[in-house]
Amino acid sequence: MAAELLRATALHAYYGESHVLQGVEYHVNRGEVVTLLGRNGAGRTTTLKAMLGLVGSRCGSVMIDGRETISLAPHQIAHLGVGYCPEERGIYASLSTEENLLLPPALAPGGMSIAEIYAMFPNLQERRASRGTHLSGGEQQMLALARILRTGARLLLLDEISEGLAPVIVHALSRTVQRLREQGYTIVMAEQNFRFAALLADRFYIMERGRMVEGFTARELPDKMTLLRRYLGV
Amino acid sequence: MTEILGIPVAVIPGQLMLGLVNGSFYAMLSLGLALIFGLMGVVNFAHGAFYTLGAFAALLGLQWFGINYWIALLLAPLVVGLLGILVERLLLRRLYRLDPPLYRAWVIIASVVVCFATWFVIERTRLGATLRAATENAPLLQAFGVNVPLLMAATYGGGVALAALAGVLAAPVVLVNSHMGTSLVIVVFAVVVIGGMGSMLGAIVSGLVLGLVEGFTKVIYPEASNIVVFIIMALVLILRPAGLFGKE
Repeated sequence: MAAELLRATALHAYYGESHVLQGVEYHVNRGEVVTLLGRNGAGRTTTLKAMLGLVGSRCGSVMIDGRETISLAPHQIAHLGVGYCPEERGIYASLSTEENLLLPPALAPGGMSIAEIYAMFPNLQERRASRGTHLSGGEQQMLALARILRTGARLLLLDEISEGLAPVIVHALSRTVQRLREQGYTIVMAEQNFRFAALLADRFYIMERGRMVEGFTARELPDKMTLLRRYLGV
Repeated sequence: MTEILGIPVAVIPGQLMLGLVNGSFYAMLSLGLALIFGLMGVVNFAHGAFYTLGAFAALLGLQWFGINYWIALLLAPLVVGLLGILVERLLLRRLYRLDPPLYRAWVIIASVVVCFATWFVIERTRLGATLRAATENAPLLQAFGVNVPLLMAATYGGGVALAALAGVLAAPVVLVNSHMGTSLVIVVFAVVVIGGMGSMLGAIVSGLVLGLVEGFTKVIYPEASNIVVFIIMALVLILRPAGLFGKE
């Protein structure tokens, strides 16, 4: 098994006329947690979407588990074991909590069972019959995350999961991601919350104007703080 | 140039010939139609289709098996005739002794059962949850690994299969003709708008209720029976634009 699970090379993405990703280059190794940092509009969300082909059009190369996916349809890419937690959470209003949980089809063996998921997120069990969108913001975020753990996906794309949540919930999410990392999941996070990301990630990329302008490991982080302040204003 | 009744003489033999040829077809088709109606009391609207089948049997017989015209003249009617026997035995036979009120009751029961089954599948099963999710946010559903293009094709297939089922149920009680759907579909769109676009329950309930309303209007004020559905649609659009069961 190769160490590298994901590699984007010369990746360009467009929404109509606007050229959003302008030659993105990055890679993620198996079992790693990698965080994409950057200002609003730098292209973090679009980078995650582009992994699944959820952009207007894209070109370049995205290798997942040794396979070129640039010309595959989103559902075909998902079946390579990719789970996606969108920025807007994507909880379906016409489905109950449990229906939302059971919605994504199994992609690979080894996904969590419903019992394991309810053990991890007890709130979801309590509210299983409620409409998905009647849950609190934190519960909806848990649901969006829990829903892709059932499928057996080993590569998780998590978009701004800490956004707009109370500190106590952000803390709970942080522990959850920590546990997923211990269980060997490979995780790519797009994060605006630098403090949330700093505790979890093995490596960081900084994005600016649709490109990766900087990449470094967690160990190099203290030396990079000046750089980070310049790019992010943290 | 000489003319008779304003028609140039030179054209007359050609038209005479053409008229007689068409007349021969009419005569033969009418003969069969009259025979069937006289004996069985069935207005055979499938007659034109069998005429077409005969022509195709001759054409395909020649292309695939090299059967010449004279043999086809014998063989094609035999083949199509056998098919006709099959249709009579399997389908028409059931219509002769049909009690109209009983048949209408069967239509209502069949419709209610099918509508309820469809509603149940959509609201209470995994497949239905997937369909509802596709209605709400299809790109995300596809990103989860659901083959959305296939799901759409299957949904279209399922929807038109329901239409065909209604067509079969209608066949014995309405005049079957190639335009029967055109006038119906306008009313059906009005029903969907009244019930609320995309609402299954709305479609079922407003379908049945509007059928009743239309029926009673025919008795009480016949002049309005053709437009009553559209008047209701206009009112609903003014008072509740998303439809009676639609989500705002």
